[in-house]
Amino acid sequence: MILTFCVAFIFWLLFSAWNKYLIGHYDLFRLARGIIVALIVTVTAHELLVPGRGEQVLLKIQRWLLYILWELYQIVLAAIDVASRVFGLRPVDPRIIEFETTLRSDLALTTFADSITLTPGTITIDIEPERGKYTVHAIDKGPADALTVDQTMQKKVGHIFMEEG
Amino acid sequence: MLTVDLIVDIITIVFLAGGAFFMITGAVGLVKFPDFYTRLHATGKCDTLGQILIIVGCMFFEGFNFITVKLFFVVAFYLFAGPAATHAIMKAAYFTGLKPWKKGDPRM
Amino acid sequence: MILPFVAVGILIGFTILISSYRMIFGPGTFNRIAAANVIGTKAIVLLIVASYIIERPHFVDIALMYAVLSFIGTIIIAKYMERGELCSP
Repeated sequence: MILTFCVAFIFWLLFSAWNKYLIGHYDLFRLARGIIVALIVTVTAHELLVPGRGEQVLLKIQRWLLYILWELYQIVLAAIDVASRVFGLRPVDPRIIEFETTLRSDLALTTFADSITLTPGTITIDIEPERGKYTVHAIDKGPADALTVDQTMQKKVGHIFMEEG
Repeated sequence: MLTVDLIVDIITIVFLAGGAFFMITGAVGLVKFPDFYTRLHATGKCDTLGQILIIVGCMFFEGFNFITVKLFFVVAFYLFAGPAATHAIMKAAYFTGLKPWKKGDPRM
Repeated sequence: MILPFVAVGILIGFTILISSYRMIFGPGTFNRIAAANVIGTKAIVLLIVASYIIERPHFVDIALMYAVLSFIGTIIIAKYMERGELCSP
Protein backbone atom coordinates (compact mmCIF):
# COMPACT_ATOMS: atom_id res chain seq x y z
CA MET A 1 0.00 0.00 0.00
CA ILE A 2 2.84 2.40 0.74
CA LEU A 3 4.41 1.52 -2.60
CA THR A 4 1.16 2.33 -4.42
CA PHE A 5 0.94 5.67 -2.64
CA CYS A 6 4.49 6.59 -3.60
CA VAL A 7 3.94 5.67 -7.23
CA ALA A 8 0.67 7.65 -7.41
CA PHE A 9 2.29 10.71 -5.83
CA ILE A 10 5.25 10.60 -8.20
CA PHE A 11 2.88 10.43 -11.17
CA TRP A 12 0.96 13.45 -9.86
CA LEU A 13 4.19 15.40 -9.46
CA LEU A 14 5.29 14.56 -13.00
CA PHE A 15 2.01 15.49 -14.62
CA SER A 16 1.39 18.80 -12.89
CA ALA A 17 4.76 20.52 -13.30
CA TRP A 18 5.29 23.37 -15.69
CA ASN A 19 8.66 24.34 -17.01
CA LYS A 20 8.65 27.96 -15.95
CA TYR A 21 7.72 27.43 -12.31
CA LEU A 22 9.83 24.34 -11.85
CA ILE A 23 10.70 23.53 -8.25
CA GLY A 24 10.35 26.80 -6.34
CA HIS A 25 6.63 27.10 -6.89
CA TYR A 26 5.57 24.14 -4.76
CA ASP A 27 4.34 25.42 -1.42
CA LEU A 28 2.33 23.39 1.07
CA PHE A 29 -1.11 24.15 -0.37
CA ARG A 30 -0.38 22.61 -3.77
CA LEU A 31 1.38 19.62 -2.27
CA ALA A 32 -1.64 18.98 -0.07
CA ARG A 33 -3.84 18.66 -3.16
CA GLY A 34 -1.42 16.10 -4.57
CA ILE A 35 -1.38 14.09 -1.36
CA ILE A 36 -5.17 13.96 -1.18
CA VAL A 37 -5.48 12.76 -4.79
CA ALA A 38 -2.78 10.12 -4.26
CA LEU A 39 -4.54 8.92 -1.09
CA ILE A 40 -7.86 8.48 -2.91
CA VAL A 41 -6.19 6.47 -5.69
CA THR A 42 -4.35 4.30 -3.16
CA VAL A 43 -7.43 3.47 -1.10
CA THR A 44 -9.54 2.45 -4.09
CA ALA A 45 -6.95 0.52 -6.11
CA HIS A 46 -4.26 -0.80 -3.80
CA GLU A 47 -4.74 -4.44 -4.74
CA LEU A 48 -3.72 -4.03 -8.34
CA LEU A 49 -0.02 -3.20 -7.96
CA VAL A 50 1.23 -6.26 -6.10
CA PRO A 51 4.93 -7.09 -6.54
CA GLY A 52 5.30 -10.69 -7.57
CA ARG A 53 6.89 -13.27 -5.37
CA GLY A 54 9.07 -14.90 -7.96
CA GLU A 55 12.73 -15.56 -7.55
CA GLN A 56 15.50 -13.60 -9.25
CA VAL A 57 13.25 -10.69 -10.17
CA LEU A 58 16.11 -8.36 -11.09
CA LEU A 59 17.58 -10.77 -13.61
CA LYS A 60 14.16 -11.25 -15.21
CA ILE A 61 13.60 -7.48 -15.45
CA GLN A 62 16.95 -6.95 -17.14
CA ARG A 63 16.31 -9.68 -19.72
CA TRP A 64 12.78 -8.34 -20.27
CA LEU A 65 14.13 -4.87 -21.12
CA LEU A 66 16.49 -6.34 -23.75
CA TYR A 67 13.55 -8.29 -25.16
CA ILE A 68 11.55 -5.07 -25.57
CA LEU A 69 14.31 -3.67 -27.80
CA TRP A 70 14.03 -6.72 -30.04
CA GLU A 71 10.26 -6.20 -30.08
CA LEU A 72 10.56 -2.62 -31.36
CA TYR A 73 12.69 -3.88 -34.26
CA GLN A 74 9.99 -6.47 -35.04
CA ILE A 75 7.25 -3.80 -35.10
CA VAL A 76 9.10 -1.91 -37.85
CA LEU A 77 9.51 -5.13 -39.84
CA ALA A 78 5.82 -5.94 -39.39
CA ALA A 79 4.64 -2.57 -40.71
CA ILE A 80 6.91 -2.82 -43.78
CA ASP A 81 5.55 -6.31 -44.42
CA VAL A 82 1.92 -5.14 -44.29
CA ALA A 83 2.75 -2.19 -46.58
CA SER A 84 4.24 -4.55 -49.17
CA ARG A 85 1.07 -6.66 -49.09
CA VAL A 86 -1.15 -3.59 -49.50
CA PHE A 87 0.70 -2.45 -52.61
CA GLY A 88 0.58 -5.90 -54.19
CA LEU A 89 4.21 -7.00 -53.94
CA ARG A 90 3.36 -10.18 -51.99
CA PRO A 91 0.24 -12.35 -52.05
CA VAL A 92 -2.52 -12.54 -49.43
CA ASP A 93 -3.38 -16.13 -48.51
CA PRO A 94 -4.68 -16.34 -44.93
CA ARG A 95 -5.05 -19.43 -42.76
CA ILE A 96 -5.62 -20.39 -39.10
CA ILE A 97 -3.08 -22.55 -37.22
CA GLU A 98 -2.85 -24.01 -33.71
CA PHE A 99 0.16 -25.07 -31.72
CA GLU A 100 1.27 -25.81 -28.17
CA THR A 101 4.07 -24.37 -26.05
CA THR A 102 5.53 -25.22 -22.66
CA LEU A 103 5.00 -21.80 -21.00
CA ARG A 104 2.72 -21.89 -18.00
CA SER A 105 2.91 -18.70 -15.91
CA ASP A 106 0.57 -15.74 -16.50
CA LEU A 107 3.21 -13.18 -17.41
CA ALA A 108 4.97 -15.48 -19.86
CA LEU A 109 1.71 -16.33 -21.68
CA THR A 110 0.73 -12.66 -21.95
CA THR A 111 4.17 -11.57 -23.19
CA PHE A 112 4.18 -14.28 -25.83
CA ALA A 113 0.66 -13.38 -27.03
CA ASP A 114 1.67 -9.71 -27.34
CA SER A 115 4.78 -10.67 -29.29
CA ILE A 116 2.80 -12.82 -31.72
CA THR A 117 0.55 -9.83 -32.47
CA LEU A 118 3.57 -7.59 -33.09
CA THR A 119 5.47 -10.01 -35.37
CA PRO A 120 5.05 -9.74 -39.15
CA GLY A 121 2.04 -11.70 -40.32
CA THR A 122 0.34 -13.21 -37.25
CA ILE A 123 -2.32 -12.27 -34.69
CA THR A 124 -3.32 -14.25 -31.58
CA ILE A 125 -6.95 -15.37 -31.37
CA ASP A 126 -7.24 -17.62 -28.34
CA ILE A 127 -5.13 -18.94 -25.46
CA GLU A 128 -5.77 -22.00 -23.33
CA PRO A 129 -3.73 -21.68 -20.12
CA GLU A 130 -3.91 -25.35 -19.07
CA ARG A 131 -1.83 -26.79 -21.87
CA GLY A 132 -0.32 -23.58 -23.32
CA LYS A 133 -2.23 -23.90 -26.60
CA TYR A 134 -2.41 -20.90 -28.96
CA THR A 135 -4.83 -20.33 -31.86
CA VAL A 136 -3.22 -17.94 -34.33
CA HIS A 137 -4.39 -16.32 -37.60
CA ALA A 138 -1.55 -16.03 -40.12
CA ILE A 139 -1.63 -14.04 -43.34
CA ASP A 140 0.65 -16.22 -45.48
CA LYS A 141 2.66 -19.44 -45.47
CA GLY A 142 5.98 -17.70 -44.63
CA PRO A 143 5.04 -16.17 -41.25
CA ALA A 144 3.09 -19.30 -40.29
CA ASP A 145 6.17 -21.47 -40.83
CA ALA A 146 8.38 -19.05 -38.88
CA LEU A 147 6.12 -19.60 -35.87
CA THR A 148 5.60 -23.37 -35.90
CA VAL A 149 8.71 -24.79 -37.57
CA ASP A 150 11.55 -22.46 -36.51
CA GLN A 151 10.28 -21.59 -32.99
CA THR A 152 12.65 -18.69 -32.45
CA MET A 153 10.21 -16.70 -30.34
CA GLN A 154 9.33 -19.55 -28.00
CA LYS A 155 13.00 -19.99 -27.20
CA LYS A 156 13.46 -16.26 -26.52
CA VAL A 157 10.47 -15.95 -24.18
CA GLY A 158 11.39 -19.17 -22.41
CA HIS A 159 14.90 -17.79 -21.92
CA ILE A 160 13.55 -14.73 -20.11
CA PHE A 161 11.30 -16.52 -17.67
CA MET A 162 13.62 -19.50 -17.36
CA GLU A 163 11.09 -22.13 -18.36
CA GLU A 164 11.78 -24.71 -21.01
CA GLY A 165 11.02 -23.38 -24.51
CA MET B 1 25.17 26.73 -40.94
CA LEU B 2 24.92 23.23 -39.44
CA THR B 3 23.62 24.20 -36.03
CA VAL B 4 21.88 21.92 -33.56
CA ASP B 5 18.58 23.63 -34.37
CA LEU B 6 18.74 22.55 -38.01
CA ILE B 7 19.58 18.94 -37.13
CA VAL B 8 16.63 18.73 -34.73
CA ASP B 9 14.34 20.15 -37.45
CA ILE B 10 15.52 17.60 -40.02
CA ILE B 11 15.09 14.65 -37.65
CA THR B 12 11.57 15.84 -36.76
CA ILE B 13 10.56 16.14 -40.42
CA VAL B 14 11.90 12.64 -41.18
CA PHE B 15 9.92 11.06 -38.34
CA LEU B 16 6.73 12.96 -39.18
CA ALA B 17 6.89 11.98 -42.85
CA GLY B 18 7.49 8.30 -42.05
CA GLY B 19 4.62 8.25 -39.58
CA ALA B 20 2.19 9.86 -42.02
CA PHE B 21 3.18 7.38 -44.77
CA PHE B 22 2.52 4.38 -42.53
CA MET B 23 -0.83 5.77 -41.39
CA ILE B 24 -2.06 6.27 -44.93
CA THR B 25 -0.91 2.75 -45.83
CA GLY B 26 -2.91 1.38 -42.92
CA ALA B 27 -6.06 3.22 -43.97
CA VAL B 28 -5.72 2.12 -47.63
CA GLY B 29 -5.26 -1.45 -46.40
CA LEU B 30 -8.46 -1.13 -44.37
CA VAL B 31 -10.40 -0.46 -47.59
CA LYS B 32 -8.54 -2.77 -49.94
CA PHE B 33 -8.21 -6.11 -48.12
CA PRO B 34 -10.82 -8.78 -48.90
CA ASP B 35 -11.78 -10.04 -45.42
CA PHE B 36 -12.32 -8.84 -41.84
CA TYR B 37 -9.37 -10.73 -40.35
CA THR B 38 -6.88 -9.39 -42.90
CA ARG B 39 -8.18 -5.86 -42.34
CA LEU B 40 -7.38 -6.22 -38.65
CA HIS B 41 -3.83 -7.16 -39.63
CA ALA B 42 -3.55 -3.86 -41.50
CA THR B 43 -4.86 -1.61 -38.75
CA GLY B 44 -3.31 -3.39 -35.79
CA LYS B 45 0.24 -3.18 -37.07
CA CYS B 46 0.55 -0.21 -39.43
CA ASP B 47 -1.51 2.22 -37.38
CA THR B 48 0.38 1.51 -34.17
CA LEU B 49 3.77 2.10 -35.80
CA GLY B 50 2.63 5.26 -37.61
CA GLN B 51 1.34 6.74 -34.38
CA ILE B 52 4.51 5.92 -32.46
CA LEU B 53 6.67 7.53 -35.17
CA ILE B 54 4.65 10.77 -35.22
CA ILE B 55 4.65 11.17 -31.44
CA VAL B 56 8.39 10.41 -31.21
CA GLY B 57 8.97 13.08 -33.84
CA CYS B 58 7.01 15.57 -31.71
CA MET B 59 9.10 14.53 -28.71
CA PHE B 60 12.33 15.37 -30.54
CA PHE B 61 11.01 18.82 -31.43
CA GLU B 62 10.32 19.79 -27.84
CA GLY B 63 13.65 18.96 -26.19
CA PHE B 64 13.97 18.12 -22.50
CA ASN B 65 10.75 19.39 -21.08
CA PHE B 66 7.88 18.13 -18.95
CA ILE B 67 5.70 17.78 -22.01
CA THR B 68 8.15 15.15 -23.29
CA VAL B 69 7.35 13.06 -20.21
CA LYS B 70 3.61 13.18 -20.95
CA LEU B 71 4.14 12.27 -24.60
CA PHE B 72 6.37 9.38 -23.54
CA PHE B 73 3.52 8.03 -21.43
CA VAL B 74 1.16 8.19 -24.40
CA VAL B 75 3.67 6.19 -26.47
CA ALA B 76 4.15 3.56 -23.73
CA PHE B 77 0.39 3.22 -23.33
CA TYR B 78 -0.07 2.62 -27.04
CA LEU B 79 2.62 -0.02 -27.22
CA PHE B 80 0.67 -2.12 -24.74
CA ALA B 81 -2.91 -1.20 -25.58
CA GLY B 82 -2.89 -1.31 -29.39
CA PRO B 83 -2.29 -5.05 -29.81
CA ALA B 84 -4.56 -5.81 -26.84
CA ALA B 85 -7.54 -4.04 -28.46
CA THR B 86 -6.87 -5.81 -31.78
CA HIS B 87 -6.78 -9.17 -30.03
CA ALA B 88 -10.04 -8.44 -28.15
CA ILE B 89 -11.96 -7.58 -31.35
CA MET B 90 -10.58 -10.60 -33.18
CA LYS B 91 -11.47 -13.01 -30.39
CA ALA B 92 -15.03 -11.69 -30.24
CA ALA B 93 -15.44 -12.13 -34.01
CA TYR B 94 -14.01 -15.67 -34.00
CA PHE B 95 -16.32 -16.92 -31.26
CA THR B 96 -19.42 -15.35 -32.83
CA GLY B 97 -18.84 -17.37 -35.98
CA LEU B 98 -17.42 -15.06 -38.65
CA LYS B 99 -15.96 -17.25 -41.37
CA PRO B 100 -12.37 -16.59 -42.52
CA TRP B 101 -11.55 -16.13 -46.19
CA LYS B 102 -9.66 -18.63 -48.29
CA LYS B 103 -7.98 -17.82 -51.58
CA GLY B 104 -10.52 -18.01 -54.42
CA ASP B 105 -13.66 -17.03 -52.53
CA PRO B 106 -15.70 -14.00 -53.56
CA ARG B 107 -14.81 -10.80 -51.75
CA MET B 108 -16.68 -10.16 -48.51
CA MET C 1 8.34 25.63 -38.46
CA ILE C 2 4.56 25.26 -38.45
CA LEU C 3 4.26 24.10 -42.07
CA PRO C 4 5.23 20.39 -41.53
CA PHE C 5 2.72 20.10 -38.69
CA VAL C 6 -0.09 21.55 -40.81
CA ALA C 7 0.80 19.09 -43.61
CA VAL C 8 0.71 16.13 -41.21
CA GLY C 9 -2.63 17.32 -39.85
CA ILE C 10 -4.16 17.39 -43.33
CA LEU C 11 -2.84 13.88 -44.04
CA ILE C 12 -4.41 12.58 -40.83
CA GLY C 13 -7.68 14.16 -41.97
CA PHE C 14 -7.43 12.11 -45.18
CA THR C 15 -6.88 8.98 -43.14
CA ILE C 16 -10.04 9.63 -41.12
CA LEU C 17 -12.03 10.18 -44.33
CA ILE C 18 -10.83 6.90 -45.85
CA SER C 19 -11.68 4.99 -42.67
CA SER C 20 -15.17 6.44 -42.55
CA TYR C 21 -15.86 4.73 -45.90
CA ARG C 22 -15.37 1.40 -44.18
CA MET C 23 -17.55 2.58 -41.31
CA ILE C 24 -20.50 3.34 -43.60
CA PHE C 25 -20.22 0.40 -45.99
CA GLY C 26 -18.76 -2.38 -43.89
CA PRO C 27 -20.90 -5.51 -44.11
CA GLY C 28 -21.77 -6.43 -40.54
CA THR C 29 -20.94 -5.00 -37.13
CA PHE C 30 -17.31 -6.00 -36.69
CA ASN C 31 -15.96 -3.97 -39.60
CA ARG C 32 -17.60 -0.91 -38.08
CA ILE C 33 -16.03 -1.61 -34.67
CA ALA C 34 -12.57 -1.84 -36.25
CA ALA C 35 -13.11 1.43 -38.16
CA ALA C 36 -14.29 3.17 -34.97
CA ASN C 37 -11.11 2.05 -33.21
CA VAL C 38 -9.00 3.52 -36.02
CA ILE C 39 -10.87 6.85 -35.99
CA GLY C 40 -10.50 7.11 -32.21
CA THR C 41 -6.76 6.63 -32.27
CA LYS C 42 -6.29 9.04 -35.16
CA ALA C 43 -8.20 11.68 -33.21
CA ILE C 44 -5.62 11.48 -30.42
CA VAL C 45 -2.72 12.07 -32.79
CA LEU C 46 -4.65 14.95 -34.35
CA LEU C 47 -5.04 16.52 -30.88
CA ILE C 48 -1.31 16.34 -30.23
CA VAL C 49 -0.39 17.81 -33.63
CA ALA C 50 -2.98 20.60 -33.11
CA SER C 51 -1.34 21.45 -29.80
CA TYR C 52 1.92 21.96 -31.68
CA ILE C 53 0.29 24.15 -34.32
CA ILE C 54 -1.14 26.69 -31.88
CA GLU C 55 2.01 26.48 -29.70
CA ARG C 56 0.26 25.98 -26.38
CA PRO C 57 0.68 22.82 -24.33
CA HIS C 58 -2.88 22.39 -23.10
CA PHE C 59 -4.09 19.64 -25.41
CA VAL C 60 -1.60 16.96 -24.39
CA ASP C 61 -3.40 16.23 -21.11
CA ILE C 62 -6.70 15.84 -22.91
CA ALA C 63 -5.06 13.46 -25.42
CA LEU C 64 -3.71 11.25 -22.61
CA MET C 65 -7.11 11.02 -20.94
CA TYR C 66 -8.96 10.33 -24.19
CA ALA C 67 -6.56 7.53 -25.13
CA VAL C 68 -7.40 5.61 -21.97
CA LEU C 69 -11.15 6.16 -22.34
CA SER C 70 -11.30 5.12 -26.00
CA PHE C 71 -9.32 1.95 -25.29
CA ILE C 72 -11.71 0.97 -22.49
CA GLY C 73 -14.70 1.65 -24.77
CA THR C 74 -13.35 -0.65 -27.48
CA ILE C 75 -12.77 -3.49 -25.04
CA ILE C 76 -16.25 -3.12 -23.52
CA ILE C 77 -17.92 -3.33 -26.93
CA ALA C 78 -15.85 -6.40 -27.88
CA LYS C 79 -16.78 -8.15 -24.63
CA TYR C 80 -20.46 -7.39 -25.14
CA MET C 81 -20.46 -8.80 -28.67
CA GLU C 82 -18.82 -12.00 -27.45
CA ARG C 83 -21.06 -12.79 -24.50
CA GLY C 84 -24.43 -11.24 -25.39
CA GLU C 85 -24.68 -9.46 -22.03
CA LEU C 86 -22.35 -7.20 -20.12
CA CYS C 87 -22.00 -8.64 -16.60
CA SER C 88 -23.10 -12.09 -15.60
CA PRO C 89 -25.10 -12.16 -12.33
